[in-house]
Amino acid sequence: MVEWTECERATIKDIFAKLDYDSVGPAALSRCLVVYPWTQRYFSKFGNLYNAAAIMGNPNVAKHGKIILHDLERGVKNMDNLKETYADLSVLHSEKLHVDPDNFKLISDCLTIVVASRMGKAFTGEVQAALQKFLAVVVSSLGRQYH
Amino acid sequence: MSLNAKDKEAVRAFWAKVSGKAGEIGTDALSRMLVVYPQTKTYFSHWKDLSPGSEPVKKHGKSVMGGVAEAVAKIDDLNAGLLNLSELHAFTLRVDPANFKILSHCILVVLAIMFPQDFTPEVHVAMDKFLAALSRALSEKYR
Repeated sequence: MVEWTECERATIKDIFAKLDYDSVGPAALSRCLVVYPWTQRYFSKFGNLYNAAAIMGNPNVAKHGKIILHDLERGVKNMDNLKETYADLSVLHSEKLHVDPDNFKLISDCLTIVVASRMGKAFTGEVQAALQKFLAVVVSSLGRQYH
Repeated sequence: MSLNAKDKEAVRAFWAKVSGKAGEIGTDALSRMLVVYPQTKTYFSHWKDLSPGSEPVKKHGKSVMGGVAEAVAKIDDLNAGLLNLSELHAFTLRVDPANFKILSHCILVVLAIMFPQDFTPEVHVAMDKFLAALSRALSEKYR
């Protein structure tokens, strides 16, 4: 079981309370597809991913980015139960979507960088540590049902 | 995943914009690394003060970014250009190369904080590739 300090809980809730999900989600996913182009393999049905401009303007990418952020919010509301919270999504990503779980870390890093750019100086080392810990546990939960 | 002409151009152009703040970038990246990845403190047990923005952290942040600047200048042949630094890290400092990835990530986070408009996804991918190539060059002499 993951132990969260009061400070970490408050920090995570604070980060997500201030985020514009509908902007950050698309920004994080599109950045991931640009910075780690091999991740595009999972989005062949999304249309034009030919270059960075196409990716950033792609409405399917934007829509999916929003879904991802809203799903992360579920984790924020269930920090003591992330394994169960993400069990179904883990099965989905393994059995249906066949996503290599190493990719979860890639989008997690891109999300960290987007949050950093939005929060500016408020994104201190302590805030970064809390966010990265939270994302690491989410990533681990998403990888749990793979076999 | 080597650097093509477009990557090198993007790195040079972005570096020209940010190099004025190199000291600040180095201090923040290093401070942040010591907080977010506490295991990295093991390399600095000889410092009196490991707190964010302390004198040893500022001084060392400046050194590290000096290395990055050198790498930008020698971007066409990083292995040759960073030979001395590689030998230093391999034989004297013996920093586990996994830590290069950690510090690179912290540098990218600081760039996103300090230059949110300029640190576009295209610049991000070029800088990520560059820091990875730099890390590989630093690891050259390890074994």
